[in-house]
Amino acid sequence: MYSPQIILEAMLNGLMTGAVYALIALGLTLIYGVLHIINFAHGALLTCAMFAVWVAWAWLGIDPYAVIPLLVPLMFALGYGLQRFVIGPASHGDDGNILLVTLGLSIVLENVLLATFQSDTRTLDTDYSFQVVALGPLLLSFPRLIGLAVAVVVTGLLWLVLNRTDTGKAIRAVAREKLGANLVGIDVPHIYAVTFGLGCACLAVAACLLMPTFYVNPRIGGAFVLVAFTVVVLGGMGSIPGALLGGLFIGVVESLCGLFLGDSLGQLGIFLIFIAVLLVRPTGLFGAKA
Amino acid sequence: MRRPVQGFPHLGLTRRSVLKAGAAVAAVAPLAAPSILRAQTAAVKIGILQPVTGALAHDGDLGRLGAEMAINEINAAGGIKALGGAKLEMLFGDARSTPEAGTQEVERMQADGACAIVGGFASPICLAASQAAARYDLPYLVDVGVSDQIMARGLKNTFRFGPGFGKVTTVALDNLTRMNELAGKPAKTVVLVHEDGLFGSGLAKLLQTELPKRGFEVLETIAHPTPARDMSNVALRIRSLNPDLVIPSNYYGEFVLLARTMQQQRIKPKGVYAVLGGAASNGRFVKEFPQAAQNVIDCNHWHDPRNPQALALRKAVQEQGKSFAYNVSLNYSNVKLLADAIERAGSTDRAKIIEALNASTFAGHIMPYGPTKFVNGQNEGATPINTQIQGDDIKVIFPEAYAEAKANFPAV
Repeated sequence: MYSPQIILEAMLNGLMTGAVYALIALGLTLIYGVLHIINFAHGALLTCAMFAVWVAWAWLGIDPYAVIPLLVPLMFALGYGLQRFVIGPASHGDDGNILLVTLGLSIVLENVLLATFQSDTRTLDTDYSFQVVALGPLLLSFPRLIGLAVAVVVTGLLWLVLNRTDTGKAIRAVAREKLGANLVGIDVPHIYAVTFGLGCACLAVAACLLMPTFYVNPRIGGAFVLVAFTVVVLGGMGSIPGALLGGLFIGVVESLCGLFLGDSLGQLGIFLIFIAVLLVRPTGLFGAKA
Repeated sequence: MRRPVQGFPHLGLTRRSVLKAGAAVAAVAPLAAPSILRAQTAAVKIGILQPVTGALAHDGDLGRLGAEMAINEINAAGGIKALGGAKLEMLFGDARSTPEAGTQEVERMQADGACAIVGGFASPICLAASQAAARYDLPYLVDVGVSDQIMARGLKNTFRFGPGFGKVTTVALDNLTRMNELAGKPAKTVVLVHEDGLFGSGLAKLLQTELPKRGFEVLETIAHPTPARDMSNVALRIRSLNPDLVIPSNYYGEFVLLARTMQQQRIKPKGVYAVLGGAASNGRFVKEFPQAAQNVIDCNHWHDPRNPQALALRKAVQEQGKSFAYNVSLNYSNVKLLADAIERAGSTDRAKIIEALNASTFAGHIMPYGPTKFVNGQNEGATPINTQIQGDDIKVIFPEAYAEAKANFPAV
């Protein structure tokens, strides 16, 4: 059996990893909550953002954290453009079509990345990649601690945007009642695109937080998106606090499963939870009743 | 010894044979000339299979480099003399770090007319690729793949010049026991860390049964996937167990991640004794993370440090700005071994090459093996040796006959 200190440390590691899961899930849940579609291109867009961070570091010598203010508007613009000019028009108002369009988009993006960067796994190395912060007897990874802090701040900011700004009100109005929002003069396609853009901006932040300790290859997005789906289902589809708490919880579960069952089986716990939630509480922790 | 004489005398021979061919061309009717010319100079196509993209890209790159250097050297020295100085031509296949891609590339190379294939690197790739080659009776020389399964299938086309698991483990354990005795037995407890594929799991299983017989206590065996995202949990478990020795068996990326995470978590066992460690005898690891790499001991493939040809190769690789690792020496030696077999077969006929390999007593390689002797495809003399990262260099520390430096064990 492990000492309480080791278990505590594994839980903290899990919390820190979970914060990034939460950030990825946040984009997914936001897009679902407003557009009522599952964005299958989410993973591929994350991969794009991660490659952008890698390129900025390897070719331009920019620190991954310094990329955040550049990449966030860029990914927002990409997301806005994709929804406004590709996904929206191609769907012809049918949600079923949107599923297929985002799925197709993910295949195109992945293969463009594969053609450009080959299937090599790439990492970047910063001075702080393996630095630790000593918290009493506990040694916490510095970049992951930053990840946790930034993820919490971004979630807070997003919550503020949705609850305290006019755009946020419009987004919530569209989410609640699309036709009514349209009648009172809200530009629905624009709001859809803004929401998609916000979802992508979350991915930009997640990519910048991941890269100092993680690697990237053209298929990496899939691994995260499966976890993010679980987080969204656990937290409740469309719920922002749900995504944050769900992400943190899933991170801890993964880490503890990894400690007790071995890393090969670490993800087992995640998918058991996924199935259990679907069986017992399909609306998730914070989801609205269907 | 049937080793071909190297150097200038043969160049003379080649020139003579070229002159003879020229005379023949002059004598025969002009219309027939092109076909004769082609017959004289047709290149010998050999397949080089390496994973140069994907998770194992770094290793595959080094393997290709070693093969390329041997091919260039053989061609510069006059090619295959028995075939009128025919040059070796490399058909390169990228195994893309998966057995499926390796198999596809074997199919392509055989269709393109390869007379033999060298390479594979990882055990699963070697296993699948040699099987695919067997369907065409195409000679396959495993460069690294250490899984004993590869040689246990009785495939007539498959040869392994280097040692397999069984041999490596026995030598690794013998050397470890001896080293520990010489240092006054400081190490008693061990944690095994291995990747969960064919290579790591097989090795861990062997170590698990063999270590207790030699007086070591295995505290725990920790498996992890390849590629691994994170080694925090593995490091935490090692820290809680506090073993004297950590024995990792994994590939490059995971080994580096483990060593760096252990450094981060301030875990300092008395020794890190890698068995076929993915990075433990890799120049890139020493160069990029000298602190994490210090004093790591490896029992692995390594060239004979007293062989001048090996030292020249190592220098040439480093002059190209690349890091040196055992894959370079192994692929270099394998290509030379194959060229010798083609030379003695006097033909690119696949069956004749297999026959020549079976009869091979080649000593022109740069590994500490002695002349080759294949029994059921496995080179009997193949053996690993121990290296340790000391300062910014990788030194041979064991066995004494090859040692360049004294072992720093227990690590201080």
